[in-house]
Amino acid sequence: MELVQTGMAGTVESSDIMVTLEPRETGGIAISLSSSVMQQFGKQIEQVIRQTLAELGVSHASVDAVDKGALDCTVRARVYAAAYRAASSEAYDWGAM
Amino acid sequence: MRDIKEIYADIPHIEDISQHGVYQSKRTKATETFAVRTQARNKVAADLKEAIRNSGLRDGMTISFHHHFRNGDNVVNMVVETLAEMGFKNLTMAASSLSGVHAPLIEHIKNGVITHIETSGLRGELAEQVSRGLMDFPVVFRSHGGRGAAIESRDIHIDVAFLGAPSCDPFGNANGYSRSEEQTISCGSLGYARPDARNAGHVIIITNHIDAFPNAPYAIPSNYVDSVVLVDNIGDPKGIMSGATRYTTNPKELVIAKAAADVIRASGYLYDGFSMQMGSGGASLATARFIRQMMLQEGFRCRFALGGITGQIVSMHEEGLIDRILDVQSFDLIAAESLLKNRFHQQIDSCYYASYLRTAAVNQLDFVVLSALEIDTDYNINVLTGSDGVIRGAVGGHPDTAAGASLSVVVAPLTRGRIPSIVNRVNTVVTPGSTVDVVVTDQGIAVHPDRTDVQAKLAEAGIRLSTIQELKERAESIVGIPDPIRYKDKIVGVVLYRDNTVIDVIRQIDEDE
Repeated sequence: MELVQTGMAGTVESSDIMVTLEPRETGGIAISLSSSVMQQFGKQIEQVIRQTLAELGVSHASVDAVDKGALDCTVRARVYAAAYRAASSEAYDWGAM
Repeated sequence: MRDIKEIYADIPHIEDISQHGVYQSKRTKATETFAVRTQARNKVAADLKEAIRNSGLRDGMTISFHHHFRNGDNVVNMVVETLAEMGFKNLTMAASSLSGVHAPLIEHIKNGVITHIETSGLRGELAEQVSRGLMDFPVVFRSHGGRGAAIESRDIHIDVAFLGAPSCDPFGNANGYSRSEEQTISCGSLGYARPDARNAGHVIIITNHIDAFPNAPYAIPSNYVDSVVLVDNIGDPKGIMSGATRYTTNPKELVIAKAAADVIRASGYLYDGFSMQMGSGGASLATARFIRQMMLQEGFRCRFALGGITGQIVSMHEEGLIDRILDVQSFDLIAAESLLKNRFHQQIDSCYYASYLRTAAVNQLDFVVLSALEIDTDYNINVLTGSDGVIRGAVGGHPDTAAGASLSVVVAPLTRGRIPSIVNRVNTVVTPGSTVDVVVTDQGIAVHPDRTDVQAKLAEAGIRLSTIQELKERAESIVGIPDPIRYKDKIVGVVLYRDNTVIDVIRQIDEDE
């Protein structure tokens, strides 16, 4: 999946995560994460973001994530939506989610 | 009259009867009118500084405060600010609890005015700073009953008590409300201030409202009081109490509350003449609503309700469902007004409420419904430190009522956001699992393995039970397994059980990357 613009999904409501994806040419995935449960779940959230982007075939992007205690399924969904918006695509693969 | 001096020596066993010698006649009666006397000779000090100077307070002594003004309190900050101006150092603050409004204490800890803190709880910026290692001497956390017992047994010796009171007379009869015509702030019960008044070396009442002697009814009688200080601002009424505590509309909390009420009924502790305490948390308070419905259905009455009192308990009293109210702390204005107008709504102090040194009111409880931040698989409860290890709560009467009540029911959502409530090991043990009987969550109920009687009764009533292990696993399956909180070695808090033995410690949080 090729990112062409800034893509954003999610809110800063409790139990949600706001994910902003910026396309870039090189440098892999750089994640800037702030979370209300950083100590307990920071590593897990980062891992889920990386895994979801890998599944979508995104290899270079800077990710800004503001987490308010979202569950893994929510993190995946927000990253997914942000990536499709950044790719300017609506061809969601619903079965793959 | 015969001269008693002549026969004094002949009185048998006089040394066992009196050590004070012979009566000496002299005229020293005051003869001015009562009206003049209350103006001319009373305990009202010119200002706070004069009262402090007269108290004999010295560096290194212990001062005390109550927390009935909650987050509206201005007394602690005003007094400590004044003590700092007067140059006092190395004082121990023995407060019944501290709130977010007490953040200015941070400065006075840094400048050495306050070096030791005793409290039931800490919140806000002060709590955050303490968790980050602000103080050398660990903060000592006690339950309400534990504090009362410590004061009575002189584990805590209070040198000077600074007790805020919304009404007082010139001789020190002080109360949390007033029956006079004039409007004053109300905080209801002064239950946590009364052991201080009774046991402190010197007692200063700080009030914004001086009424004529005698200010009856009073929580603190004038014979315990040394001086009275009139100030403009003892606290912000909005922070002292809300108008009315509302029942929750959160569906999760209602599910929990309904399940808790079913558990209580099925356990056999709901009968005509029972006794209860309800916590003020959303789900625990909402349990009262379901208990009320059951009482109306069955025709049961409650003999007494104990504890922190809310408008819900008052309305059940006023509709004839609760005979007596024992009130150590009034949580809202309706509770405070009820204390004023309902003769069977009785103000009590924290020793009467929960001291382990005597048969306290908590020992007469059939059941208590309590909230929790964390519950572990040994049924230990944490209500003091958050999931990030930072202090953000209070011990309160949690361990006292759990130990005293025949059935202690702890209510909590299985998860809060991404934080599980049921864990392997709580961050801080406040209430030991050996005093907890039932845990009720929105997704299952677990009964302590020692309470086979309760297990059997709930099973008989068709209530489905889980093990605490199953509840923990269910929480983990939803949110995942959290990484453990990282702490440094430094101990920043010591948690005492209600008998003042050490039950746990709180360490400085480790925020290094």
